[in-house]
Amino acid sequence: MSLESMLVIAAVLFCIGLYGALARKNFIAVLMSIELMFNGVNLTLVAMGRWVAPYAVQETLSAVLTGQVFAVFIITVAAAEIALGLGIVFAMFRTNESVDLTDAAAMRH
Amino acid sequence: MLTEPLVWAIFLLPVASFLLIGVVVRPLGPSMAKAAGYLTILALGIGFVLSLWLLRSSAHGVVYDFVPHLWLNLAPGASIQMGLLLDPLTNVMLVVVTGVSLMVQIYSMAYMDGDESFARYYAYMSLFSASMIGLVLASNIVQMYAFWELVGLSSYLLIGFWHERPSAAAAAKKAFIITRIGDVGFLLAIIFLFFRADEFAAQGLNALHIPDIWQAAAPLAAGGAGIVAGGALLWLCLGLFAGAAGKSGQFPLHTWLPDAMEGPTPVSALIHAATMVAAGVFLVGRFFPVFSESEGAMMVVALIGAFTAVFAATMGLAANDIKRVMAYSTVSQLGYMMAALGIGAYNAALFHLFTHAFFKALLFLGAGSVNHSAGTFNMMYMGGLRKAMPFTYWLTVIGALSLVGIFPLAGFWSKDEILLEAWLGTGAVPTTVSLLVFLMLLAGVLLTAFYSFRMVHLTFHGEFRGGGEQELHDCEEAGQPAPTGVSHHVHLGESPWFMVGPMVFLGVSAVVAGWIANPIGVKSIFGLIPSHWLTEYFASGLYDGHHAPPFSIAMAVISNVVALAGIGLAVLTYMWPRPFTNNDPLTKGGVVHTLLAQRYYLDHLYEGLIVGRVFYRIVAAITDWVDRNIVDGIVGLVGWISRNIGGLIALAQNGQVQTYPLVAAAGGVVIIVLYLILG
Repeated sequence: MSLESMLVIAAVLFCIGLYGALARKNFIAVLMSIELMFNGVNLTLVAMGRWVAPYAVQETLSAVLTGQVFAVFIITVAAAEIALGLGIVFAMFRTNESVDLTDAAAMRH
Repeated sequence: MLTEPLVWAIFLLPVASFLLIGVVVRPLGPSMAKAAGYLTILALGIGFVLSLWLLRSSAHGVVYDFVPHLWLNLAPGASIQMGLLLDPLTNVMLVVVTGVSLMVQIYSMAYMDGDESFARYYAYMSLFSASMIGLVLASNIVQMYAFWELVGLSSYLLIGFWHERPSAAAAAKKAFIITRIGDVGFLLAIIFLFFRADEFAAQGLNALHIPDIWQAAAPLAAGGAGIVAGGALLWLCLGLFAGAAGKSGQFPLHTWLPDAMEGPTPVSALIHAATMVAAGVFLVGRFFPVFSESEGAMMVVALIGAFTAVFAATMGLAANDIKRVMAYSTVSQLGYMMAALGIGAYNAALFHLFTHAFFKALLFLGAGSVNHSAGTFNMMYMGGLRKAMPFTYWLTVIGALSLVGIFPLAGFWSKDEILLEAWLGTGAVPTTVSLLVFLMLLAGVLLTAFYSFRMVHLTFHGEFRGGGEQELHDCEEAGQPAPTGVSHHVHLGESPWFMVGPMVFLGVSAVVAGWIANPIGVKSIFGLIPSHWLTEYFASGLYDGHHAPPFSIAMAVISNVVALAGIGLAVLTYMWPRPFTNNDPLTKGGVVHTLLAQRYYLDHLYEGLIVGRVFYRIVAAITDWVDRNIVDGIVGLVGWISRNIGGLIALAQNGQVQTYPLVAAAGGVVIIVLYLILG
């Protein structure tokens, strides 16, 4: 395992997520794609924390674990965000009887 | 010997009374309105005394040379200063302006009594007097121009004083616009001087300081600076003369003056007879050292002046409104002054300005007095007022005789001197020109005598023809609107003393002013006033003062015979053997009479052809088209662009959630690609 392979995997994950977020019309699928993008970012952070920061200059534990801590925070925020997102999906389904994003354009202009 | 603040006080007192009336008296309401009149009279009375003092000390050889106060330094050789130019011309003008103004203000106390805008009237009168005094005091051409325009403004306000009458409002507008046409020439002359400021600065002169302009026009050989010469000098003079012609009602800019009679009669007496219209003559007199260097300019001034003198007098023959007769007479007399300046008779012209102010103001106040009792200005409805108003009658006759130039009244001395100068020639213009001017002016004497005594006969002799009441009745029958100044208020009787008193003062001046101020033909009066005092005093203000020729009995006889012939003709036509009843014998003149009564159709030409056709149909049509299509088009285009740019941006805001991250992602890709390429 090396930093390069980790980053390639992370980039592939992020791009798959981005494609899904932009191309899918179903709100739930878009939310899932966004989760994929989060995971791509998380993987990058953890890999960076593991390989880039040299041990010699790291004097405290918190400095060593910065990338990992960041990833934990993002997972927490993503959980909250998905709860909110699903709430919006319910609200949208109640008014539009559809979860298609192209129908959710009532607030333009 | 006056100090500088005392001289400034002559100007500042009317300013103060204007402000006091405007800010304090007028808001207090009609009960306090009389105070406005007393304030103005007080301010001008003090000014009159100070002016007399100034004239006296100057005549005794005191030279006033106050350093002007710098206001704006525009460029080297062009600084605008506020200064006092106290030469003989200014000193005499100050006495005329404050003196006549004071008499008119006193007269107005009775004439304007009961007018609901009494305080406003006096506020305007104070403003006018202040502006006129400022004009004659000015030592800087820009300072002069400012007061020149202020005088025009006060004239506008006073002509349109009864602004609820459409004819008065129209006359005010006409006066303002026509004088402004001339003022453009004045302004161009100032601009021309400004652009030559470098050459003035090189010689240590100021291009806007009047005595420096005199020096600039004088050639090097005569000890001057020789900055402006030849064609440039001619155009500079013509520019100044255009301004003077507008203010002084010289052909072809004279049409506003008869219409200006829509204002209250004291206003006509002060502004449109004695002082403001003389400002044009004053302007040419002020720049006489400049004009006299250009023979071409002098010929233009002389010929236009002489032509106006005759031309206006012919129109006076056919006018039926007493004030309009006076107005034509004023235009004609101003023509005499201009002609005199043009032939180089500087002192005779200003002497005539001096005497004219008194007798013409007297005649106007007489017309106002007549109107006060007969209720009309139309002479066709007057007649027989001689018995009812003896003072007015005799004073008007004195004014008319003085105007005509009968020995030994004031008008005789000044007019005779102009005629004599024209006959002898002064060398300023070719002899043929001055002889032509002489013949025209002599013809003018005959016409003046005729229309003056036509006015006297129609107004005062014969039977009374009903006054304002009858005129209103006739107008109603003919279905026409009643002219200005007509009222039912007909009470035949002498006017109150507030009106007759100033007229008596002016009447005495109209008799003696010429002889006392400028004794001709005798060595001196009681050893006090030497021969040719006034004209020599004027001449002392010039570098190479032209001296008045000795009195000529032959010329006096000729001018008096011509004048008496004119009076005789008027008597034969209107009084004896058949007194005037209802039909003016002049109407038998047919086409000629119509031409005169229609004022040579010049008003039709200006208003119908130039304003109506050329201006409205062509100039206005073009500007209208440009406004609608080009100006509006550009404005519309700017609006259209911003509206549609908005639409363009709105296209991106389509409400599709996924478009926004798509754009953001694309932006990210672009940044990454650029980063990779550019390193």
